[in-house]
Amino acid sequence: MKPRSSGSVIRLAAPLRALAQRFSFLLLVLASIALMMVGKIESVSVDSARARVTDAFAPILDAISRPAATAARVVESAVELENAFDENQRLKAENARLLQWKQAALRLESENNSLRSLLRVRPEPSVNYIAARVIATPGSSFVRTLVVTAGKRDGVRKGQAALAGAGLVGRVIEVGEWSSRVLLLTDINARIPVILSNTRQRSILAGDNSDQAKLLYLPPDSPIQVGERVVTSGDGGLFPPGLPVGVVTAVSERGIRVLPSADLSRVEHLRLVDFGLPSTDLDPSPDSK
Amino acid sequence: MTATFWQKVDKTGRNLAPFAVTVMMVLVGMIPLPVPGYAPVAPNLTLVSVYYWTIHRPDLMRPGVAFLIGLLQDFLIGGPLGVNALLLVVAQWAVLNQRRVFLASTFALLWVGFTLVMAGAVLLQWLAFSVLDAVTLSILPALFQGLLTVAVFPAVGWLLIRVHRAFLNG
Repeated sequence: MKPRSSGSVIRLAAPLRALAQRFSFLLLVLASIALMMVGKIESVSVDSARARVTDAFAPILDAISRPAATAARVVESAVELENAFDENQRLKAENARLLQWKQAALRLESENNSLRSLLRVRPEPSVNYIAARVIATPGSSFVRTLVVTAGKRDGVRKGQAALAGAGLVGRVIEVGEWSSRVLLLTDINARIPVILSNTRQRSILAGDNSDQAKLLYLPPDSPIQVGERVVTSGDGGLFPPGLPVGVVTAVSERGIRVLPSADLSRVEHLRLVDFGLPSTDLDPSPDSK
Repeated sequence: MTATFWQKVDKTGRNLAPFAVTVMMVLVGMIPLPVPGYAPVAPNLTLVSVYYWTIHRPDLMRPGVAFLIGLLQDFLIGGPLGVNALLLVVAQWAVLNQRRVFLASTFALLWVGFTLVMAGAVLLQWLAFSVLDAVTLSILPALFQGLLTVAVFPAVGWLLIRVHRAFLNG
C-alpha cells in the first residue's frame, strides 16, 4: 500500500498519521462535549431528532424484543402452573373481598352522583386510554425511560400519563409517528404533582434514579405516616387527578420516600391516558420538568 | 470487470461487519427483560464490541465509527446527547494506544484489559451524568452494570470471534 521504495516517506508518514489520529480524537471529544451543550440548550429540536431516530429503529426493536418477551412468558407460565392451586385459593379469597368493595363502590358512586347533581358540579372531562407495548429500555444506569409502540397516529401527545397495572409509571416526553418515549417517575428528571390521600397535603414527587421516589416541598412538620397512599393531584392540568402513584415507605429527616405501585422493572404493556383537556397541547413548553 | 465490481461490493459488505455488529449490540442491549432491576444494570454490550474490533481490526473501528455508534446510542436510550459518543471515542483511543499489548496477550489478559476499560467507562459515565444533572449521583448502579458487563465478556467475545472468522477471515 505505502511506497516501500523510500524509507524517508515512511518515517515521515508515521508521525503524520499519528498526528492526524490524535487530532481526530481531540476533535471527536470536543464534538461530544459540544453535543452535550447543544442538547442542554436546544432540547426541543434534539427531542424531535430523537423521535425520528427512535421511529426509524422502532420496528427492529419491536421485532427483537418479541422473542425475549415470549421466552419470559413461557418461564413465567411454568412457574405459575406449579403454584396454580395456591394461587387459586388466594384469588378466591381476594374475589370475595373485592365483591364487598364493589358493593361499597357502587353505593358511593350513586350517592356521589346524586350529590353532584344537587350541587351542579361540572363533570370531569372524559378519559380515553391508548394501549402500547414496551419495546426498549435504555440499558443505562443513569436514564430511566421506556420506548413504547404508540405514537402520533395513535393519538399520543407529549405530557400524557402512562399507567401500568397498579399505578402510574411516568409521563410521555417525546412522540414519534409510531413510537414514543415515557420518562419513568423514578428518573432524576421526573417531577409529578401529587396529593397524599389521607392528609390532603399537596406535593411534588421527584425521582432520583433509585427504585423509590421522594416527596418535595412539604412543610417540615406535616403529619405523614408510612403506608399513606399517594395519588396524582391533577395540578397543572396534564394528568387526571386521582391516579394511584405509590405508597409512602419511609419518613425521616432525609426525606419521605414513595414506592411506586406499578412494578417499574417489569412493565410489558402500558396505557397512555388521553385526558381530553385542551391544555394537554402545550407541546414545546418545558412543562414541570 | 463485473467480477471486480462484485468483489468490491463483497469486500465492502464484509468490512461493514464490525459496524453492523456493534449497532446490533446497541439494539440487543435495549431489549426489555422482565427481570426485577435488570434495566439499570443491563450489560454494556456496545463497549465490548468496540473493544474487540479496536484490538483486532482498528482499520474498521475508527474513532469516527465509534463516535457515530455512541451518538446512535445516545439518541436511542433517551439520555443526554454526546455521553456515549464521548465514552466510546475515549475507550477506542485508550485501547488503540495499548493495542500491541492486547494483541500479543492471552484471552485472560484481554479480559483483565477489558475490566480496566470498563472501570474507566463507569467513572467517565458517572462523571458526565453528574455534571449534566448538576447533582452527585450514586455510582452503584453503574458499578453493577460494569461488573455484569465484565461477567458476560467471555460469551460476547466468543460470539464476536465467530463473526470475525465468518466475515473477515483474510
